[in-house]
Amino acid sequence: MTADQNIRAEFRSTLGNFTLDTSFEAPIRGVTAIFGPSGCGKTVVLRCIAGLIRVKDGYFNIGGEIWQDRGQVFIPTHRRPLGYVFQEASLFPHLSVRRNLLFGAPHEHAADTPTIDFDEVVDLLRIRALLDRSPRNLSGGERQRVGIGRALLAQPKLLLMDEPLSALDRKTKGEILPFIEKLRDHFSLPIFYVTHDMTELERLTDHIVLLERGHVVASAALSELQSDPSSTLATSREAAVTLKGRVEASDPKFGVANVSIPGGMLITPPPPLPTDAIGEPRRIRILASDVSLARERPSRSSILNVLPARVVAMKPLDHYETLVVVKLGEDGEGARLLSRMTQKSWAELGLAEGQRVYAQVKYVSLGPGRGEPEE
Amino acid sequence: METLQHLWPPVRLTLELATISTMTLLMLATPLAWWLARSKRSWKEVIATIVSLPLVLPPTVLGFYILIALGPDGPGGAIANLWGARTLAFTFQGLVIGCIVSALPAVVQPIRNGFAAIGDRPLEAAATLRASPWKAFWRVALPLASPGLLSGAVLGFANIVGNFGVVLMIGGNIPNRTRVMSTAIFDYVETMQWREANILAGGMVVFAFVVILSMILIQKRFAGAGA
Repeated sequence: MTADQNIRAEFRSTLGNFTLDTSFEAPIRGVTAIFGPSGCGKTVVLRCIAGLIRVKDGYFNIGGEIWQDRGQVFIPTHRRPLGYVFQEASLFPHLSVRRNLLFGAPHEHAADTPTIDFDEVVDLLRIRALLDRSPRNLSGGERQRVGIGRALLAQPKLLLMDEPLSALDRKTKGEILPFIEKLRDHFSLPIFYVTHDMTELERLTDHIVLLERGHVVASAALSELQSDPSSTLATSREAAVTLKGRVEASDPKFGVANVSIPGGMLITPPPPLPTDAIGEPRRIRILASDVSLARERPSRSSILNVLPARVVAMKPLDHYETLVVVKLGEDGEGARLLSRMTQKSWAELGLAEGQRVYAQVKYVSLGPGRGEPEE
Repeated sequence: METLQHLWPPVRLTLELATISTMTLLMLATPLAWWLARSKRSWKEVIATIVSLPLVLPPTVLGFYILIALGPDGPGGAIANLWGARTLAFTFQGLVIGCIVSALPAVVQPIRNGFAAIGDRPLEAAATLRASPWKAFWRVALPLASPGLLSGAVLGFANIVGNFGVVLMIGGNIPNRTRVMSTAIFDYVETMQWREANILAGGMVVFAFVVILSMILIQKRFAGAGA
């Protein structure tokens, strides 16, 4: 990875009794989550990237384009080709939805024609019916969709999203998440996404920058960090792995589908997938608490997914529980799964690193596909 | 009814004075209020205090200093020299300057509050949407602060119409040149012209009522439609 194909960020500062000391690299494609507990400095980092906060010891380089280089270069916010989605949509209350959307859009006679088209955004976010209304009369979810559209229409080269769902209630959150998934898949635009929510992390992101008290603890691919027993992601109660799967076949009789993942094939539960879903890439999520291990292949079981694997690591979580990392496939050449079990199970099965096992997966959740209507 | 003709010049002069001064005030007070609302400098409150002084000073004190400043030995005299006059005191231009100084706090304060009420967020949003500070000011800050601007304009206009002390000190109450409604009423009472005094005073009461009512309505309308 050379610097020109990456995003490189460094921000160091002392703000009151809070010390920010961050340095990380992220890929220039896909969604990078800036993840961590409240007060760890996630939003500060995002605001530094946008130039809304200016720290003296700061550096930001996106694909060779330098936005800040310590004291020598500092491009002001309004000259940075970015889009910013705030926690609360922050629409301009004195302008209609349409004029909000067009506020940052280049003029029609501008030299370079926009690559993100007005009608495309309006249809993708389903806001056509709102265009002539005032933002004052919109619901929270509608407002946030307009906020996202407004940021996109400014033709950003980098989209920054600061906990865009956290001000919304659970139901509305569930409605907006698919829109963000759609825009991730639809526009080839790098997105930095600040969140402390596990669901958003697993559904949206490819890369994580893990922050704790102003410091970068890790910066890695999501699947890598999820299955790294030294990371807090893997040891948390709701630890899970997210895998890239591909729909291979669907069984209309039972409503299940076959989805291939690196090192194995999974049967996913109903509802049945439409036939045109075959061949589609899908995200698969498997919780550590839904995976159990067996030394021999169970002959008769209600569990459909039994996959050969090898133990690659174990980590005691406390006196009684253990986290086990396995790699799928006879020789452990496939994807990593997590399994959470009692110390007693680990001891009685006589498990050890390198050992061949069968991973029994009780539940598999399947992410939405392209253009699939959200529920 | 022709006998009331002589009431018109002070009314017309008052309206002219208030209109010209208010428009000038808006141009001066808006950038000043913007700076007071946005600047992070610690000494800005010193400037804010100086601007607010006319609220507290007796009009005679204010009028006295303005008179000296406008007189032949002050900066006002130097300006008057440009067109061959000796002084700005006891002139309409002098009245405009005096009214601007004494009404400045009444105009700056609501506009400053209007800018402060917007907060940083809309301006940050504008910056992330490629708006230069100049564009953000005109297209976001000014429209969002319009209730403050409107309040400032109404209060400034009313302050000037109701000005008596400063106007008397620096205008000298010269008929057709510097005699405005408030000083005219004083004259009519002194000369026992009760009917004229009554008409002008009654008109001022109605005017004050309209001003206060419109202020309340402006605030109500915008408070209900907050961001």
